Amino acid sequence: MMRHIIAVLMENESGALSRVVGLFSQRNFNIETLNVAPTEDPTLSRLTVTTIGSDQVIEQITKQLNKLIEVVKLVDLTEGDHITRELMLVKIKAMGQRREEVKRLVDIFRGQIIDLTNRTYTVQMVGDQQKLDAFIEIVGEAYVMEVVRSGVCGIARSDKTLSI
Amino acid sequence: MELLSGADMLVRSLQNENVKYVYGYPGGAVLHIYDALFRQDKIKHILVRHEQAATHMADAYARASGIPGVVLVTSGPGATNAVTGIATAFMDSIPMVAICGQVAHNMIGEDAFQETDMMGVSRPVVKHNMSIKHPSEIPMAVKKAFYLATTGRPGPVVIDVPKDMTTPTDKFKYEYPAEIRIRSYNPPSRGHSGQIKKAVELMLMASRPIILVGGGVIGGQASAELTQLAQKLNFPVTTTLMGLGGYPATDQQCLGMPGMHGSYEANMALHHSDLILNIGARFDDRVTNATEKFCPTAQIIHVDIDASSISKTIAADIPIVGPAMLVLKDMLTLLAKYKQQPNTQMLTTWWQQINQWRNRHGGRYEVSGGSAIKPQQVIETLYEVTRGEAYICSDVGQHQMFAAQYYKFDKPNRWINSGGLGTMGFGFPAAMGVKLNFPDAEVVCVTGEGSFQMNLQELSTCSQFDLPVKIVNLNNQSLGMVRQWQDMNYESRHSQSYMQSLPDFVKLVEAYGHVAIKVERMEDMKPAMEAALAMHDRLVFLDIYVDPKEHVYPMLVPKASMRDMWLSKTEKV
Repeated sequence: MMRHIIAVLMENESGALSRVVGLFSQRNFNIETLNVAPTEDPTLSRLTVTTIGSDQVIEQITKQLNKLIEVVKLVDLTEGDHITRELMLVKIKAMGQRREEVKRLVDIFRGQIIDLTNRTYTVQMVGDQQKLDAFIEIVGEAYVMEVVRSGVCGIARSDKTLSI
Repeated sequence: MELLSGADMLVRSLQNENVKYVYGYPGGAVLHIYDALFRQDKIKHILVRHEQAATHMADAYARASGIPGVVLVTSGPGATNAVTGIATAFMDSIPMVAICGQVAHNMIGEDAFQETDMMGVSRPVVKHNMSIKHPSEIPMAVKKAFYLATTGRPGPVVIDVPKDMTTPTDKFKYEYPAEIRIRSYNPPSRGHSGQIKKAVELMLMASRPIILVGGGVIGGQASAELTQLAQKLNFPVTTTLMGLGGYPATDQQCLGMPGMHGSYEANMALHHSDLILNIGARFDDRVTNATEKFCPTAQIIHVDIDASSISKTIAADIPIVGPAMLVLKDMLTLLAKYKQQPNTQMLTTWWQQINQWRNRHGGRYEVSGGSAIKPQQVIETLYEVTRGEAYICSDVGQHQMFAAQYYKFDKPNRWINSGGLGTMGFGFPAAMGVKLNFPDAEVVCVTGEGSFQMNLQELSTCSQFDLPVKIVNLNNQSLGMVRQWQDMNYESRHSQSYMQSLPDFVKLVEAYGHVAIKVERMEDMKPAMEAALAMHDRLVFLDIYVDPKEHVYPMLVPKASMRDMWLSKTEKV
């Protein structure tokens, strides 16, 4: 069982996303994270899904995705060198001595405070999943008020591209 | 250029696709379309009595001819009633175009009268579906629907048409597209030559080979090529429920059907084989039994037009993605070039072994003697009196298995049944769809009193459109297959498998203006069948009372391998 990151280019049409999501539930495949947005070509959307499964299951997932009429192209990024990033917005309790401590942690993790009140910081952070997990852990559950994560975005290293 | 309303464009587009019949049922959301149908005479509309029957008629036409049938239903309940039939076609890879009405686009999502999200409801059971956003899209949508339904792995396509897309006063330029290309859809055109070469080399070295023929050979119109290949190699052939007729059943090389109710020799040969050449079968669980115990010594060549069918349940050693006919042609070409011949000595030994299995007649029924009728005898008699040339449209249950086992199909497209979904109620409307399109052919529905009652309202449609099908009802007064499982697995506790309060089928059928004959004794059966078939222009219903205790054998032992079978109520191997 391995985590795979599958990037999918599909027609930017209504209903296309529901087909992808529906496929995962119909066929009992697992979705860990999912994100989708239009690309520089407005007729195409790019979807990134992270999933966990045996080689046989991953093979089925890619074949079944390819079968969807609106899917133009896809690649399992984990088959080659690749980079992943995730965006996180996190609202943290920051009062008294804690205020300075949190600020220092944000700097160490190269995050940014993008909003603040007398009692809270809202932090923006970009990184791979492990980095974001580590930040939450070190800030401490007791201080974390709200977390929003975008899900994983991925791209292949080198000059390889997923395009039509 | 002509200006047409969406409704007229839809009907015109169907005409451009050479559609002869549309099967359907009107309702509010499709009234503009029905009016457009009324104002033309190229397409004939067949009014069913329930939308499910419309889908099965269209489906069966495609199974018999390879050409997709067209269904037209209204929104909401019209569309949901069609879902079972769409799912039936989907599971068996049958092309179909289903046009479903929808409430006006500005009312979608407001829980309007007769609104159902048919895009959402049908999504898991279609090859594709699309919703019309502007009337001018209709010709391209129809073109796309037929293209998608018939190419690659065929399947049903739903077009969702909001009512205001067909408004008579909103007219647009009409031109039916000559061509279509979808950048995201490229069905495989041929198999990979390197893979085909590897496959052929493996075939020439095999000592215990077997060819497994699935529905892909029927749908892919490849039975001629398959037959040629099998006979050139002298390999045994087994045809799945969906592949019956893909190879002539009366030929010596044919071992019959594999799987749960497959023949003893087919299951034994598969289990002991060293090579399975699978053409267009998807290793369904009703064929393989426990996948981890499936054919332990076999290498597997799997040819399928759908890559996702390969290595889904059984891992393939040589996967070949491509249309069956072209892959088989490439194999034949390659074989002709090779000096090497199949291993005749090994094959002779293999055939000796197979013939030993065959001579055991494992699972064959026992004649009861006297007047009692065994259901298998009915099918054998039907085969005899129709000389094996009828279109057999089966329902689902024991009678379906008996028909599959005892009617020997020598030609493709003659066996029409719901294999994947197992839809009770399929057989009768299916027979109607075949008879309508092949009026000179003998079309017989083999059914049971359970299945038949799921769509018997269509007796009325048969009166209206003069569809003289023959119905052979194997009446065992119980849901036979359920009962069999209850006998075998639930100590004969017949929970809800007994059909109490059966109607008098003779009176029922006569009430619709057809002919019915009740048969209770063996000696009356064949004459009744001959009499029924002689009434060419009448629908005849044969209500044949058969032994209610009969089971279907062989039957694979659950969770075991393919050689583990019940051959009778007492004999297990």
